Order: sequence, then structure tokens, then C-alpha cells
Amino acid sequence: MAGLAASFGSGAMTNDIAGLDKSDVALIIGSDTSECHPVLAARLKKAAVDGKVKIIVIDPKRIKMADFATIYACQRPGTDVAVLNGMMHLIIKNGWEDKKFIEERTEGYEALKEEVAKYTPEYVEKVSGVPAKTLEQIAELFGRAETAALYYAMGITQHTTGVDNVRSTANLQMLCGNMGKVGGGVNPLRGQSNVQGACDMGGLPNVFPAYQKIGDAAVQEKFEKFWGVKLSDKVGMTMTVAFDKAYNGEMKAFYIMGENPMVSDPDLHHAEEALKKLEFLVVQDIFLTETAQLAHVVLPATSPAEKEGTFSNTERRVQLLFKAVNAPGQAKHDWEIHQLIANKMGLNWNYTKAEEIFDEMRKCTPSYAGLTYKRLGFAGMHWPCPNEEHPGTPVLHIGKFTRGLGLFAAIPFKEPAEMPDKEYPLYFTTGRVLQQYHTGTMTRKTPGLNNLAGPHVMLSVEDAEAICVKNGDKVKVSTRRGSIVTGAFITKRCPKGTVFMPFHFAEAAANKLTINALDPIAKIPEYKVCACKIEKG
Amino acid sequence: MQITINGRPVEAKPGQTIHQAAKAAGIYIPTLCYHEKVGAAGKCRVCVVEIEGMPALQTACSVEPREGMKIKTRTDRVLAAQKLVVDLLLSTGTHDCLACDQNGHCELQDVAYYLGMERGSFKYADVESVKDDSSEFVSVERSKCISCGRCVAACNNTVTNRVLDFKYRGHKAEIVFDDDKPMGESSCVQCGECAQICPVGALTDKLSKGKARRWDTEKVYSVCPYCGVGCKLELHVDRKKNEIVRITGAEGAPTNNGMLCVKGRYGYDFVGHPDRLTTPLIKENGKFREASWDEAITLVAGKLAEIKQKHGADALMGLCSAKVTNEENYTFQKFFRTAIGTNNIDHCARL
Repeated sequence: MAGLAASFGSGAMTNDIAGLDKSDVALIIGSDTSECHPVLAARLKKAAVDGKVKIIVIDPKRIKMADFATIYACQRPGTDVAVLNGMMHLIIKNGWEDKKFIEERTEGYEALKEEVAKYTPEYVEKVSGVPAKTLEQIAELFGRAETAALYYAMGITQHTTGVDNVRSTANLQMLCGNMGKVGGGVNPLRGQSNVQGACDMGGLPNVFPAYQKIGDAAVQEKFEKFWGVKLSDKVGMTMTVAFDKAYNGEMKAFYIMGENPMVSDPDLHHAEEALKKLEFLVVQDIFLTETAQLAHVVLPATSPAEKEGTFSNTERRVQLLFKAVNAPGQAKHDWEIHQLIANKMGLNWNYTKAEEIFDEMRKCTPSYAGLTYKRLGFAGMHWPCPNEEHPGTPVLHIGKFTRGLGLFAAIPFKEPAEMPDKEYPLYFTTGRVLQQYHTGTMTRKTPGLNNLAGPHVMLSVEDAEAICVKNGDKVKVSTRRGSIVTGAFITKRCPKGTVFMPFHFAEAAANKLTINALDPIAKIPEYKVCACKIEKG
Repeated sequence: MQITINGRPVEAKPGQTIHQAAKAAGIYIPTLCYHEKVGAAGKCRVCVVEIEGMPALQTACSVEPREGMKIKTRTDRVLAAQKLVVDLLLSTGTHDCLACDQNGHCELQDVAYYLGMERGSFKYADVESVKDDSSEFVSVERSKCISCGRCVAACNNTVTNRVLDFKYRGHKAEIVFDDDKPMGESSCVQCGECAQICPVGALTDKLSKGKARRWDTEKVYSVCPYCGVGCKLELHVDRKKNEIVRITGAEGAPTNNGMLCVKGRYGYDFVGHPDRLTTPLIKENGKFREASWDEAITLVAGKLAEIKQKHGADALMGLCSAKVTNEENYTFQKFFRTAIGTNNIDHCARL
């Protein structure tokens, strides 16, 4: 999100789901859409089959969306910047850029132009493996489209160059004038039901709700007045940094609500050691997760089916949830637990239902100010919605970017932190499968889903043959961090030289193998690339 | 434009079918193959109506009205035709409502009731139940299938998974998965769209079998707890058992228009799972023991305050969650910023 905020002034998906069949071309890069966002994928597939949208897929795996694509290209993991720069090189060379948009709406274009000049199709082919001819076809289809949308997910962000990748997607969309219009935009597909909302609500170390900056004097004053207490103006720690500090003994206590870093964190050995060193660990969850087992105190919370409240989806649509069933035993809503602890520590909170919290929140959250439970109704509404007469904003940056002018950035290509070598000759990459979700805490309670998708490693036909394994045989996958033995799933969708493993399964936790190398700005770990070797298990 | 249905003036909009205009005016014309999401198929013939000046009966789902058109929906001729269609459907399938999970939600049952029919009058020798239970989440009972084609249209044109199709024609027509594989061995991703749109008991949700009759459940709107698309859910709740017995996608919702994926539709066992935490736990000598809320809250508040005093507020860290509501993320960050006094708050967005 840091990447988009730098380019546009706002880090959210710019366009809405309803507008996705209004594009002429949709570029999907670093998103296994039909596995990870299946219903959005259904809409894209339909738009393609109906002849409304031509799809371009660029992904190291031949994902299902490629079956619906006009052009598919397979890049080596971690070479997205080179491919995107290569597209821009050709678009500028052929005069397909939107000169009027660049002139009126952006700054920094000359630096970008200078940088991408080196990315000839031949150079890009050498670096990324995308054939020069294919890159030319992609650049032409994309560059000449009246309106083109770009979709990405963790395949773009979970790299040491995550921010570079994101800024490159922003560069491309500004170059082609695809911003601020229906059917265009840079569309990061968020992976969790309320990850957008968690960010919007200030669940980040550097911002209050609605991305109002920590340390900004006017903002500090506003919140001190609103909450009636003195507040720290020091930017906090990101989770990945906090784990390091816990490991070093500098951090003393963690309070974890509804997350399971013991399966999702990069380098799980490190995470476990870090949590064990804490003086005090509180975990608030609906299950005794791998993380909760390490806690000193576990607090039972309610599931989404047991509560009222709102989620904000990937397209910034705020939607209502209603209570369907009673919570088991003595489980309490997360907000009730916060209130009990806060009041025990001397504060005086008096919330009696979720709507009261929402109404307080919108008073200090300008982008949600005009939203009320009543207005959200059946369909929900898009933020920003500054007042109760405002209809909400499905498409961002129409006429003007949040930061004023859109900012181009010259982004040189950098290799991933760990590249295949003699000892570890293959690329190792991770992701999700359709039938499971995140750390499996929820989906793995449904036996049918487990029958459909258990732990496995996806191998190319060539790599499997090289070590003489057949479908279902045990394979030992090793990186410099550790090894896992699991069943082989041999598929033509995997290119030679790349090994893919889903991360949902604690007993074959892919994150025991991933590298704990972070993007320097976003602090996101490089889950998508490291080096591995495979042996018959 | 102005038309009349059963002598009543009705306003019809251009592009509407007779069925849509009638429905908007609150006039019931039975349909089985037509569904607003997949459009008119013109297959089942139970929506036939009489139009003045036209010798043959017309299908209301596919004919667009013209100015001044006079339509009748319940003449003897219409009812006789509808009865014959429904009689044939009832006679050629295993429509045993008592044992059927679709009882109370079955459109064939509704039409038969509307026409005052109890069971089919034709005798066929070869009507026996044919079940395909190979799929994890969807039961297929082809002997209940009325070949309306909704599921085929939905699979190909709505969710665009292109798995379902028809084989053979006429009396022998039946739905197939891929090139006639058992459903569980086909390329089906089990999104369940076909079960949601099936008008009869041919495609049903396996997890809901025998759980609760439709009239015993209440529908509650929610949002899918999984990926970020935010599909709108209808949770079907059995209040007596405090249990979710079925999930369907909310038709007309801007995010998903009724569609769901296999997780969103069938991955709800976690809610009522016996492993759910039901009481606070405190670890003593490496083992958890149950505790009261009072004890747990006192311990947590005391420890957090103590650590803050000893090591400063920045020695504490809060991880909020992409799985809880906005309201709860708001109170969590407010708690850390006001009660603890640090901005050390983050969540798993990057993971």
C-alpha cells in the first residue's frame, strides 16, 4: 500500500468491482485470481467470454485465468519490474502513451522515460524469460486499449521489491491514462475479508484512522482532543520489526487479536522463538491456534456470524454484518473485551453496541464520515464518503489524484534477495489454493474442504521427472531455512524450475522454508521468491 | 406501454417480457426454466399464456408485449397446457416431496400446488432414483432433474466454470459434468451456483441435508469472512438449534450477485465447531486452565500496566486483525493509543 500512496496519495484499490466489465483490456499480474478471489474472477471470466474485455495474464504459473486470456506470459519469479518497464519502453517507443494525461495530471515523467529506455524487449527477455515477441504483443494490446485495468495481489507485493513492483504498476497506468476512469485503475485485490477495514481504522503503526499521519501536529491535536488523552507522536513498529525486537528481548508484551502469525509469519522458527521470549503474550481468538498455544492468557472471541458490525472489502465498499447465531460459552465480542481491559486500566468506555462505535469512529474518520448503518443498507457504500448527502466514491482519482499530481518514479530492476544457485537450483514460491484460507484456522474445520485440498507441493513435469517422482509421491523440499516432506502435485501449470507450495498447512508450513527478507519500505516479507532444491522424499 | 392481463390494465416497459411485466404488477405466471439471472430459455413451457389474436399459446418468459396486447393467464386452455407439462414432469421423476431437501423451496412443488395437482398420472416403468454423491458438497439426483437448463446456463454464463452441459435430447436428456464424469471427479470447483439456482431437488447442498426445513430457518445477511471481495451472504439459521444450516449468496448484491466460492458457501463448520474457545484460559506451569472473565481481565490489565511502567509503552505491541470488524479494529487501536500509549499496532496485511 505504501507504493500506491507514494504515487497517488492513497493506497487503496482505485476502482470498483461493478466496473470491471467496462475495460477493454485487463492485465492480471501476480494474482492467481480464480484461486484467491474466485467470485471476482468469475466476473472477469464472463467479461472475457462475452467479448467485453481482453485479458492479459503475466504470472510464473500458468494460472486458470490464462485459459481465458488473449495473451499469457510466464515471467521468472521476481522480475515484474523488468517486465513492466519493458511494456512502458515499448508503449513510449510506439507513441501509445497518453500525452494529455501525462501533461495535465502527473509529474516526474522524464525520469521514468529515461529509466525505461534501457528495457528493450531483448534485455527483458534475458532477465525475465518473457519472449521479446510476446512482450511486444502485450505492450501493443495494452498500450492501444482505450481503457485498461490492472489487477494484482500478493504476487506483486510479497517481494523485497514489493514497493518497486507496485510503483511500476502505477507508472504504467498513469502512462496510459487509465487512472480516474470507469474500467481502469490500479486494483490490488485484498486477500482478507476486512484487511482494508483494518487499515482504514488505523490498525497500522504510522497512521490514525483514515490514514491521518502520526506525528502531524494538527492530527495529534485533533485525536488528543477527540479521545481526551495525551497521545504518543512517535511512529510505531511494524509487526515484522516487532518480532525481531521480541527475539532480541527489547519487546516485552504482545496482544494479538484474531491473527495466527505462527503459521503466516516468514521464518517460523524465528517467530516462535520471538513469541516464547515475551514476558507476556495475550491472544484473543475463536480457536486455540498455534499462536494461542504460546500465550499466557487466551481470551475467547466471537466469530463474524455472531456479531453485528461492518467489513470494508477490497473495492472500499463498507458492508453490514448481522448476528446470526449466539456465541458459544462465554465468548465475547472483540470490542467488549477491549472495553473491559480499557476500563480496568482506568478508562471510561461505555459502548453498548457496534453501531455506537461506528458512529464515534466516523466523527474522526473523514472518509467514513457520511456513512451510517441506515445508509449502508443492503448494498453497502464506497468510501470516501465525506458527508451524509454524499453518494460514496466507486472510482478514485477522477479529475485529480489524492496527492494532486500523480507521481511517476524511475524504478530500476533489482533481483530477489535469494536467487537459485548450484546448491539450491530452483525457485520456491508460495500462495493460496481455492479450497483453503490463510492459516487454515477456519477452513480446515470443514472436512470436505480438507478432502479437496491438503498439503502438497506443485512441481513442473520436467522437475518431477528429473527426480523420478510421480503424482502423489513424497517429495522433500529444502531451502536454507529448513525442509518439508509432502506429496507432489505435478502439473503443466508450473513452469520448469519453479516450485509452488500453499502456505495454509501448519503441518507442512511453507513459511518454514521462506526467507525472512523484507521490502525496505513496506516491511513485507519475500514470500514469493527464494531458492530451493527437491529430492525424492 | 399499456397492456391488459386478465382484464387488468398493466404498464409494461420496453424490453420487458410478459412475465417480467406481470411479475412487476404482482401477477403470478409460473416458470421453471426462467430465472432472472440466466434469462429466458423457453424450454419448460409452464409459463404459457393466451394472447388475443394469436392462435397458439405463447411463452410469457420470452415474448415481449406490444401496445394494447390482451393477455390471459388462467383460461381453461392455458391451465390444461400447464397441467399437462407439470403432469409429465411429475410422472417422469422421483418427486417424493416428503424426503426431499428442497421441500418448501421447490418451484415444481409450487407450480403443482398452484395448479391443484398432487402427483403425476402417467405410469412410467423406468423411474427410479439415480444419485451421484461423489462430490464433497453437492448432491446430484438426476431423477429429480426437469432439464430446465438453469444450472447449465449458470455454470457456463454466470460463474463461467464451463463444467455442466446436457447430453442426449428429449426424454433422455440429462445434465453431465465435463464429458459425463461423476461430479466429484470432474473439473467442478464446487462453487454451488448450480445448487442455488436449481428449481427442484436435483442439485442440493450436501451439508444441509436433513438439517432444517426451509420454513424453520431464518435468513440473516452477513459478509463472507474469507477473501477481500466481500461477497454478501445469506446465513440460514435454525434458531432452535442455534446453528447455521445453509449459506446462499445474496442475489442482487453488487459484489457477488448471488455467486459464492466453495469456501464462502460451504466453509462454515468453524462457526459451531466443538474446538471453539468458550472460556478465558490462563497458563500455569506450562498448562492452560479455565478462568473467569474477571480473573483474566484483571490479570491482562495488570500485566500490561506493569510492563508499561517497567519498560515503557513502546515495549508493548498490538496485532489487530483483518478478520474482525471495523468497529473492533477501531476499539483495538484506540485501546493501544490511549490506554497503553503507543503506536505499536499492526496486522497481517503483508502476510
